[in-house]
Amino acid sequence: MTRTFALAILGVTALVAWQLFIHSRLAQARFGLGFLSGTTWDPVAERFGAWPFLYGTLVTSAIALILAVPLGLGTAIFLVEMVPPVASRWLAFLVELLAAIPSVIYGLVGIFVVVPWVRMSAEPWLSSTLGFLPLFQGAFYGVGFLTAGLILAVMVVPFITSVSREVLLAVPRAQREAALALGATRWEVLWVAVLPYARAGIAASILLALARALGETMAVTMVIGNRPQVAASLFAPGYTMAAVLANEFTEATSDLYLHALIEIGLVLFCVTVAVNGLARIILGRLAIRPGRT
Amino acid sequence: MRHMRKRLFIWSAAIAGSLIVATLAGAEKLLLINGAGATFPYPIYSKWFAEYAKVNPTVNFNYQSIGSGGGVRQIIAKTVDFGASDGPMTTDELKQVPAPVLHLPTVLGGVVVTYNIPGIETKLNFTQKALADIFLGKIKRWDDAALAGANAGMPLPPQPIVVIHRSDGSGTTYIWTDFLSKISSAWSNVVGRGKSVNWPVGLGGKGNEGVAGLVKQTPYAIGYVELGYALQNRLAYGRVENAAGEFAECTLESVTQAAASVVEKMPADFRVSITNAPGRGTYPIASFTWLLVYRDQEDPVKGEALLSFLKWMLHDGQQLVGPLGYAPLPPEVVKLEEVAIGQITIKARN
Repeated sequence: MTRTFALAILGVTALVAWQLFIHSRLAQARFGLGFLSGTTWDPVAERFGAWPFLYGTLVTSAIALILAVPLGLGTAIFLVEMVPPVASRWLAFLVELLAAIPSVIYGLVGIFVVVPWVRMSAEPWLSSTLGFLPLFQGAFYGVGFLTAGLILAVMVVPFITSVSREVLLAVPRAQREAALALGATRWEVLWVAVLPYARAGIAASILLALARALGETMAVTMVIGNRPQVAASLFAPGYTMAAVLANEFTEATSDLYLHALIEIGLVLFCVTVAVNGLARIILGRLAIRPGRT
Repeated sequence: MRHMRKRLFIWSAAIAGSLIVATLAGAEKLLLINGAGATFPYPIYSKWFAEYAKVNPTVNFNYQSIGSGGGVRQIIAKTVDFGASDGPMTTDELKQVPAPVLHLPTVLGGVVVTYNIPGIETKLNFTQKALADIFLGKIKRWDDAALAGANAGMPLPPQPIVVIHRSDGSGTTYIWTDFLSKISSAWSNVVGRGKSVNWPVGLGGKGNEGVAGLVKQTPYAIGYVELGYALQNRLAYGRVENAAGEFAECTLESVTQAAASVVEKMPADFRVSITNAPGRGTYPIASFTWLLVYRDQEDPVKGEALLSFLKWMLHDGQQLVGPLGYAPLPPEVVKLEEVAIGQITIKARN
């Protein structure tokens, strides 16, 4: 019985991949591998290239993780080590509520609150302090890679926090007590005894967060500016694979256009699978096995 | 005790079940007509279907606003009783339909130029060339000579123009790019017309709401939205130069006039673009939106219901469009459409 369900899950994944593959055949035939490096997205002339969207997805997810991992992990450590257990449970509940907020709400808060703040405060400040880097140059639109990364960071923090907190709580007391007995400070206990034990779980939480960030659609499309371009600056508007699918799918009339969009879906699927595969390998190396430090 | 609970459960299940069956049976008496397509006319179609249900309570229209592309696909696949599209079906698409499809215009819509310039509250005038050049990225600042020329005395600031367009495929974009393609050969060569295009410059907002939101929030921004949307959200919008050289303001009258002025050249299937319409008092960025209906109705009951709805729509329905920001069809088009509706054949009842 359980074997049937397990096989069914594999079957559904394979079916999704298969459908994505066969319904993008026209675009595959027309563009080949050049689809991945093409930079033009022109529905009228029917020339399609996925690189700006791939770039946008990777950049926004990277920004989200760079911001969310320290924040999420720090919150988890704070909740486990420094807060009394009752308060810790309630605060953890509040953090987990963040994950329950629909992404459209994040998008709306993004447009009405974050975008003006970024345009009027964050981007000018970054430009004045770090403007020598090409990352922080250009006009201040408010929308762009930076804002999209910020919103995504807030959306994935609860995943990192809640899973990391569970994993940190599961570290046996013996580990902590052994370190303390050897004269470690609280910080050293954390760094030397607790975190290495919880490494695999924390890595898993980060990968869960990454998977969410790669696929997030509504919140991103509302704040990224929806401009298919590859730009070095984080202030520039961009586009992601999920966003272009959400925006253009319903009105795509010609077959090639539809197939090109589905091929973007296929690329997104492959990126997600590749990232998860990479994750599994890293996790395999990181996991604490009996007898190993 | 367990015995009693079991009996209670069986009885309540039976009662609930029969209630559900009764409701379903009761619902079956209503004739359901399914349609799908354009999002632009969704508000007026909803109003029409609700009002028509008061006239004829035995018919229930179910309309899903999945987009013009979806509407065209569904009517080709014959999964709906009628479709709706903001752009006429192309010749290729018409080849794919299994049976002849009629395009029936329902309302007119206009697209306005909305902008956000701190300090300017009055309407700006946009020449056709200036508008095309702004969206091509050739005019980069508000104080450019091309804009100042048409707006003598206005304190146009020396700020870069932030262009906002639609990120999602939309009929509004189709009307907009159709207009720009007609008035600017540069636009026609570089970008062309379509529901989604490769925009030379600008940020994309999702839906009319997205564009309006971005324009409102970004100082010195310019964008395009539907008239109804601009009216309801009290957005500032400008005047556009029409084919006769006047700076036309988008009103229900000027949009209806745009349709009236092309009536002599109206093709029998109504598949016509009315942007940049000739004549005075016309607004240049206007368009029909069409219902797609099979000419030969195979289901006599549905066919008759659809036919009587269409007749109602052409007369009583047109009175309801104004308050929602759509322009009514001019009388000449109504007359032509009555002739077109006359072509609909309904299979005789057995």
